[in-house]
Amino acid sequence: MSTQADPVQSVRIVFFASLREQTGCAESAVTPGTLETALAALKAALPAAGFQEISADNVRVALNHELLDVDLDPASVALQAGDELAFLPPVTGG
Amino acid sequence: MNSLSCRRSPGVSVSVRAHVQVGVQEEDFDLGQMYVQMRAAGGAATGAIALFVGLVRDRNERAGDGSQVASLTLEHYPGMTEKSMLAIAEQACERWPLVGVHVVHRVGTLPPEAQIVAVLVASAHRDAAFAGAEFIMDYLKTDAVFWKKEAAEGGESWLQSTEDDAQRAENWREQGR
Repeated sequence: MSTQADPVQSVRIVFFASLREQTGCAESAVTPGTLETALAALKAALPAAGFQEISADNVRVALNHELLDVDLDPASVALQAGDELAFLPPVTGG
Repeated sequence: MNSLSCRRSPGVSVSVRAHVQVGVQEEDFDLGQMYVQMRAAGGAATGAIALFVGLVRDRNERAGDGSQVASLTLEHYPGMTEKSMLAIAEQACERWPLVGVHVVHRVGTLPPEAQIVAVLVASAHRDAAFAGAEFIMDYLKTDAVFWKKEAAEGGESWLQSTEDDAQRAENWREQGR
């Protein structure tokens, strides 16, 4: 998935590991808004199966390197230009 | 390298700042060199140093069929991974009177028998050193931001986190060990 959005004006989206493979995309960008609007944009842009994978219960979302609570209302999470949103599969380090 | 200083837990009469260092790298680490550095950093307060090394096994984890592993590829999230490792080290320092912590975790594609991760913990006494090292390893398994992909005879697959690893981390939380 490619984007021509201005990085300074956008929210950077990054996908890791299995999610990168399942979406066919390492990174993308959405316009600033909320997590809810970002997810809607991704739903429109990604293949259906890929969006389903990033929406799975065991996928964690990080905003600017901080994990977001799983219970947060997406509409309540503000995303500003320059922010980075990451979709993380369950970790397997150590 | 990222580092921080932690205070020892309250109730201890002597205040010593722990020397903490965490890092992610592709190249192999030299455990002997890390040990020498830990001895120097810990100084006279160190009575015990515990070391752990995790290695790439040659048997397939996912399929459980014993098939040969060709390689293990480790991926991380630059910036967030180091933060996650520091947070784990900080938790260990809060929980035990540690004098030093050094964690190095490799990324990239590694063959069987390769070193993956090293955890060194120094303390005045062995109970804190052993427990701190075990705690850090258990939390590296559940909280550190890395992903492993195994290449074996049947193809490539991303490893899944295990129930056992989750349980070990939960045990630390519940028992307050």
